[in-house]
Amino acid sequence: MNRIVPLSSLMSGERGEVVEIVGGRGVIRRLYEMGLVPFSRVEVLISHMPGPMLVKVNGSRIAIGRGIAMKIMVRKLP
Amino acid sequence: MKVVAIVGNPNVGKTELFNRLTGLNQHVGNWPGVTVEKKEGKYSYGGEEINVIDLPGIYGFTTRSIDEKIAKNFIVKNRPDVVVDVIDSTNLERNLYLALLLIESGANVVIALNMWDIAKERGMEIDVRRFEGLLGVPVVPTVATTGEGIEELKKAIFRALKGKKKGKKIKIDYGHEVEEKIKHIEKILERCRKDGYPSPRWVALRILEEDEDILSEFRKGNYWKDIEKLLDERIAGKIVEKRYELCSKLAAEIIKEKKEVKTLTDILDEIFLHKVLGIPIFMAILYAMFQFTFSFSAPFSDGISLFFSWLGNIAKSNISNEVLASFVADGICAGLGSVLVFVPPIFCLFFALSILEDSGYLARVAFVMEKILSKFGLHGKSFIPILVGFGCNVPGIMAARTIENESDRIITIMINPLISCSARLPVYALIAGAVFHGYTAGAAIYSMYVLGITLAVLMALLLRKLLFKGEVSPFILELPRYTKPKLSTSIIHMWNRGKWFLIKAGTFIFIVVIIIWFLSVFPWEATNGGKIIENSYIAMFGRIVEPVFKPLGWSWQAGTALFFGFLAKESIVGAIGALLGAEGEGVYNALANSNWFTPLTGFAYMAFVLIYFPCVATLSVMLREMKLKYTLLTVAYTVLLAFAVAFMIEFIGHLFGLS
Ligand SMILES: Nc1nc2c(ncn2[C@@H]2O[C@H](COP(=O)(O)OP(=O)(O)OP(=O)(O)O)[C@@H](O)[C@H]2O)c(=O)[nH]1
Ligand SMILES: [Mg+2]
Repeated sequence: MNRIVPLSSLMSGERGEVVEIVGGRGVIRRLYEMGLVPFSRVEVLISHMPGPMLVKVNGSRIAIGRGIAMKIMVRKLP
Repeated sequence: MKVVAIVGNPNVGKTELFNRLTGLNQHVGNWPGVTVEKKEGKYSYGGEEINVIDLPGIYGFTTRSIDEKIAKNFIVKNRPDVVVDVIDSTNLERNLYLALLLIESGANVVIALNMWDIAKERGMEIDVRRFEGLLGVPVVPTVATTGEGIEELKKAIFRALKGKKKGKKIKIDYGHEVEEKIKHIEKILERCRKDGYPSPRWVALRILEEDEDILSEFRKGNYWKDIEKLLDERIAGKIVEKRYELCSKLAAEIIKEKKEVKTLTDILDEIFLHKVLGIPIFMAILYAMFQFTFSFSAPFSDGISLFFSWLGNIAKSNISNEVLASFVADGICAGLGSVLVFVPPIFCLFFALSILEDSGYLARVAFVMEKILSKFGLHGKSFIPILVGFGCNVPGIMAARTIENESDRIITIMINPLISCSARLPVYALIAGAVFHGYTAGAAIYSMYVLGITLAVLMALLLRKLLFKGEVSPFILELPRYTKPKLSTSIIHMWNRGKWFLIKAGTFIFIVVIIIWFLSVFPWEATNGGKIIENSYIAMFGRIVEPVFKPLGWSWQAGTALFFGFLAKESIVGAIGALLGAEGEGVYNALANSNWFTPLTGFAYMAFVLIYFPCVATLSVMLREMKLKYTLLTVAYTVLLAFAVAFMIEFIGHLFGLS
């Protein structure tokens, strides 16, 4: 139902469910291991435009650069 | 001897637990990546001597950075008798992922449910028995900071060592499609026995997850073609997904109660990571840190300074043997005393750094600075080694191990010597105190720190443009929760790092000072007991090096002192002290009255000391952490840059009519 958008387009306070991560294998693995896997829920805590974002996944805070945040596709949750 | 390894996600309290078990004092800090090498310790329990290994933190087995590889290899290759998996109770789901991997690898796992205090504080309820039942391994709640649960943990480790099985270990069902592939690979593996690995199933899974370490071993082999056909990116993803699915299920069953609360960390992050205020707040914190270092320590330093000039005077007037009197007064009191005067500011700096580390703010700086750093070709994580480098460049360079990309890591190491470590602070303080007055002295010292960072960043840009072309690798970093630093912990940390300064002063700086004293008063007759230094041995050496520093307007004594800075930068202060002799006026006044420096040449000298040549300790760690050619390059550029900057400062100063 909901649109699939890159994580980087979410604003502070918005939530999403990870659908897939496109990009280099190494980065994907790293994000997976840190809990950013498909079906996991993320909440954007901080997003300063062109800087990095801070997201909350399973209770941990993960800072990610803008570049990769654009490659994490999420389904926006209400 | 039995070997017990401590593993877990970064920053869950592994080292704190290790310290508790062994009674050692390894460095602990509230940011991921504090431990970057394996550390060993011992304890005995039930008559058994047990070897404990503390490892760097890992999230899983697809490791890429040096520190993570150390941890993974130790578990997979060395196969310790027991693996203690330290879990952050407040973040079960993510931490369970590694627990599953460890169990799957066939390790003899004992789980330490650490940070139990925080979980309770948040009103979380965890069913420990159920946890044990579901996973089939012993689980012990612990609070590493207070020692709660350590005895129980020791007992659980002991039982595991004795092979007392707790229950049936959990086995993950990856679903039909993946399981078929696993079977397929297991069949292939039967034909080419791979020894030294946990189990065929484990190897099959690692292959499907495309673990480079394992794949590279099969690439050369006969069955590579068969294996390669089975590789599929989608399957690899599915395996991880399945594990996480299980983690969520397990967490839901184990956690009986959980409240969603807005924690202090959420609130503080809105301030410290603020879009506009983030950087100014960081600058203010740095300023406050140095302000504290200098102001708070000043009276203590004055006291030490007075003490040594008093001691020197007593020695001069009470020791009848002239050589001995000169040795005690001009050598020990003036030389060593001038170094020890700086114990208070150095300890204050380490205290402030420890608060930065323990509060959880340190890792935030990486977040705040990421955007700017990337413009200069530096990785966001590079700022952590820079901040650690303010204390000492050795741990600063080690901290770069967590940077995955090799180019990013080498750039980070190569610029670290430009970060002004605590050992350089005595040199600035001495010279600025002698040639500047009041406010300008403080400003001159601060400007050294600013100069250091500025040059480091510009150097990074240059290295990126010339040597390490390409993009900066992606930035991913977990941020810790904020905690209120404890005075007692900060004092212990301060002591652990600061004591090296005392040890250095008591050992080889002491020797350096004696050598300089000896060379500056002998031949005894010719120098008239050290009064005519121009006739001493050291003056002969000084005249050889004099031409090098003459264009910069530095006296031969100042130039000679620089040579002793190779060993450790604070030796320069000891050398200056011993060369000046005390005469009861303290090294500041002696230097102020000596006409060795004008304000301009003194300032240039400070900058030179900041930049030129990394000290031997830094050099040796650089040699270990990167290829020889990069270390040589670092030495070369620092020496050239030091001359260039010193000349620039004097040139610009002259333009403004300074002398
Ligand atoms: N409240 C509380 N804090 C803890 C506990 N255990 C550790 N800490 C704190 O958590 C932080 C991290 O501890 P470390 O022992 O350095 O963690 P580590 O797992 O070794 O971290 P890395 O070496 O970076 O992987 C420190 O600030 C500790 O004081 C605990 O049980 N309760
Ligand atoms: Mg550690």
